[in-house]
Amino acid sequence: MSGHSPPFERRRPIGSRRLAAAVAALVLVAAVADPACAASATPQAAIAWWVWPLALFVVCFALGVVAVPAGVGGGVLFVPIVSGFFPFHLDFVRGAGLLVALASALAAGPNLLRVGLADLRLALPLALLASASSIVGALIGLALPATVVQIALGVTILAIVALMASAKKSELPEAGPPDRIAEALRIHGVFHDAARGEDLRWHVTRTPLGLVLFTGIGVLAGMFGLGAGWANVPVLNLLMGAPLKVSAGTSSFILSLVDSSAAWVYLNQGAVLAIVAVPSVVGIMLGARIGARLLTVLKASVVRRMVLALLLLAGARALLKGLGVWN
Amino acid sequence: MKPAQRQGVGPEQRRYARVLEWGARAGLAILVVEFALYLGGMLPVRMAPAALPEVWSLPLGEYLARTGAPTGWGWIELMGYGDFASLSGIAILASCSVPCLLAVAPLYLRNGDRVYAILCLLLVAVLVLAASGLLGRTH
Repeated sequence: MSGHSPPFERRRPIGSRRLAAAVAALVLVAAVADPACAASATPQAAIAWWVWPLALFVVCFALGVVAVPAGVGGGVLFVPIVSGFFPFHLDFVRGAGLLVALASALAAGPNLLRVGLADLRLALPLALLASASSIVGALIGLALPATVVQIALGVTILAIVALMASAKKSELPEAGPPDRIAEALRIHGVFHDAARGEDLRWHVTRTPLGLVLFTGIGVLAGMFGLGAGWANVPVLNLLMGAPLKVSAGTSSFILSLVDSSAAWVYLNQGAVLAIVAVPSVVGIMLGARIGARLLTVLKASVVRRMVLALLLLAGARALLKGLGVWN
Repeated sequence: MKPAQRQGVGPEQRRYARVLEWGARAGLAILVVEFALYLGGMLPVRMAPAALPEVWSLPLGEYLARTGAPTGWGWIELMGYGDFASLSGIAILASCSVPCLLAVAPLYLRNGDRVYAILCLLLVAVLVLAASGLLGRTH
């Protein structure tokens, strides 16, 4: 979700070569799982059915490991990589992607709320609009032809790569005076920053624009089955002026509401296959636990660059697959 | 928890966190147990796992036509089958925000914070609408 790199880079980092080997192994597994590669060696039908969910579990576990230090949610990695390199149709991958993001957000939510890093007063107005619009996005996504969604997904992922590579972050942004809506809703708070050892007061500004943007983010989340932390955090942090940690925590909590709405649409339409969804959810959640422990030893900036490279590959794959260039 | 943390976290957040924790745990536990029963062959299946590769690459509409898989709440009737049992865990995960919102709405009302009580109820309405299956069928 958010970048946590600076405090952890002081610790002894795992060498980038070892990390590269880990990520290469991840790509190798994905490449082996690529139906095109599989077809060249062995007909897909000849591969035992359990190989795919097992490979899905392994890949999702690895995604979970790298997602935390890279500061991204699992959903944004899951959909382009699994839809690009596994034989499951995009409709089922998006349904599973929403569940991956939802399960991660639900697991993190209680603690984020208790320590004040997720804020209900900030989250609820934004989540209301984003939840409603995610339903619309899910319905649009399931109604459009797969090639159109595939192309749009590729373009969106490449845009996310550009956003992640270029967006600045501000630990404690200088928020202007609160706008009328923020004042009326009393959207402000105090959180204890353990790294600084002090209590920090915060408030937000530009709430109307934030509401509009969250409506759009909800559509994208529902349409592509992506967790939307990549968009939530910059809006909360850079536009509305919430501190980075509050932005990341609140973004995660908002996902627990937004993805619930969209997940119901996919479930009702029959687009949730347990054989795809469950290994993904379990794999990414187990991987995230390991990733959280590795935070202290991994060099976050290296992981982040590798994840961006992985997303670039997956985005290009989605785009080219949609265009019929790389099937 | 430090006093400063308590200062920033109201009773609504603490109650929401408590209810969410139980809901998420229950959903994940049911999801994993049901799936383990399915993979362990302890439940009958509508479609043998070995046949799944023939349909999981199909677009949703074709998949539904080929397998006769239910839409809407039809999966409830098929809960006894391993390939649909895990959906109950998914449904719980997708629903567990509803009791949280209903639990905090009265706290907001008690504090005279009617706007947030209404926001909670509107969010519940959105989630119930999404879950209802009333929204347009795309396939």
